[in-house]
Amino acid sequence: MDQKEISTVPEPSGSRRGSLLERVEQFLFMEARLQDTHAYDEWEALWTEDAIYWVPANGATNPEMQMSIIYDNRSRIGVRVSQLKTGRHHTQTPRSELARIVSNVELVEQTRGEVEARANVFIFEDNLRGETLWAARNEYRLRVSDTGFMMVRKKVSLVNNHKPISTLSFLI
Amino acid sequence: MTSLANSHDCRALIEPARVHSRLYYDKGIFEQELERIWHKSWVYVGHVSEVPNRNDYVTKSIGPTPVLLVHDRTGQITLLLNKCPHRGNQLCAYREGNRSTFTCPYHSWTFSNTGELTGFAYADGYNGADKTRFSLGRVPRVAVYRGFVFGSFASDGPSLEDYLGGAKASLDQLLDNSPEGELELTAGFLQHRTKANWKFLLENETDGYHPAFVHGSVFQVTDSSIGKLYGPQSNALTRDFGNGHTEFDLRPEWRRLDKPLAWFGTTEDRLPDYTEAMKASYGAERARQIMIDGSPHTMIFPNLFIAEIQLFVLQPIAVDETIQHVTALQFKGAPAFNRRLRQQTMGSVGPAGFLLADDTEMYERNHRGALISDPEWLTLSRGLHRERRDENGYLIGHSTDEVPQRGIWRHYASLMAA
Repeated sequence: MDQKEISTVPEPSGSRRGSLLERVEQFLFMEARLQDTHAYDEWEALWTEDAIYWVPANGATNPEMQMSIIYDNRSRIGVRVSQLKTGRHHTQTPRSELARIVSNVELVEQTRGEVEARANVFIFEDNLRGETLWAARNEYRLRVSDTGFMMVRKKVSLVNNHKPISTLSFLI
Repeated sequence: MTSLANSHDCRALIEPARVHSRLYYDKGIFEQELERIWHKSWVYVGHVSEVPNRNDYVTKSIGPTPVLLVHDRTGQITLLLNKCPHRGNQLCAYREGNRSTFTCPYHSWTFSNTGELTGFAYADGYNGADKTRFSLGRVPRVAVYRGFVFGSFASDGPSLEDYLGGAKASLDQLLDNSPEGELELTAGFLQHRTKANWKFLLENETDGYHPAFVHGSVFQVTDSSIGKLYGPQSNALTRDFGNGHTEFDLRPEWRRLDKPLAWFGTTEDRLPDYTEAMKASYGAERARQIMIDGSPHTMIFPNLFIAEIQLFVLQPIAVDETIQHVTALQFKGAPAFNRRLRQQTMGSVGPAGFLLADDTEMYERNHRGALISDPEWLTLSRGLHRERRDENGYLIGHSTDEVPQRGIWRHYASLMAA
């Protein structure tokens, strides 16, 4: 990585000073915490206006033509969050109890003002149905902003997305 | 209730307007359903557009049993069982592909995609045995209605068209929405697992009583008027076509609005190419009527649900486990429309869908409730006093009435008694 480029990336809010990798990790850990704790408004505020939140199915590569579990633009992310906040989205009433591990973080590419990263995620969910384990390989495109990073794109590739899966109504 | 507790004869568990909870959780009853319904009735398997080319195949199912839907080398649609007749090994390990033969990985027996054994490995060990004795198992009856492929494990019984009966009109209504009168299922299926008995799903698909409550959160945040279509003031109808097929008929509401494409929440000028193609195919007047009436909301017993913009296939796995396979309906000759159908489908259904996540939550809560012993009987009496016959003789009721559910159980009881 080009050190001069890296040094231009501001610190994400709330994170400690550190290398680009450390700052990306701090951001991903914060995002994971907001999801685990159902901090919906704070999580929604992480997204840029041109955001894409994608959870593919069947290993599909073209979300414009093939069905995805989630394929949200910024407006639909807003609807998703609003539904969670009604208190009447039954599948999250009561809410899932969640803890996730974000690990194996790698920086993939840095372009002007944006960073691409990869990570593995392992999630434990407990709800009325019972206990469910979720595993995914995530890809992120983060944009540098005044306050740190914002999410431009998040792709969550569930490792079993070609198989039947249970209701996925928490923020993954 | 000791007599019920010791019996697998479920006729005593079904009354005209109430059903016993045991029907949803009893493993013995589930085994009987496999034998008397899933491995006997016509069951929807897949669509011809999923195997468009000769030698295409895709893995589908009839109940828990996997079935290969094959467009075989001779051009026929055939349903093969994925089991090598030699030692029972899983013949094909891939979900879909294109091949004219299948070779078992265990001892390399090779079969034509028409089902016949074409060769043994080390053939001298079989001393000239007649290869025709070792064909693949197949679903004995296969029938296609306008692209919809059904299979039946019973070697005789009613024809598919007789079985579909009045529900055939729903499939025709659906296909009218394509300028070319054809459907293409090309977007792939979402697969949504639920820990609930399949009949809770079957009953819910044409239940017009629940949307205002289960889906109130979506109607609220999208500021949607759709919720009113399911309320006490709605003119929509519930219908029992017989043979277990049921409908939630929204046409009275769309006709009252009298606006083409209102059923899809849009207007003709926002889908100009589609509107033109429809007029060119059907003529202006007929096209207008089709675009006012929209797409049906019909549950074809036991597993095909046309949900206006999506196609669901219900697959029972166990007494307490069901898979919902769902894809966006795609109308041939309507690319701009199809894109919106995919987008709306992804938003509303599947494991993270705004609608189906909540329906599926209800299925699981229903199933856990069924396991509680008191009260044993669940009621389906809503609207019993006001059900009536339509001009075709089908039972209809108010949009929130349980006419469809009573119809489903009437048919179920007749199959289980057989």
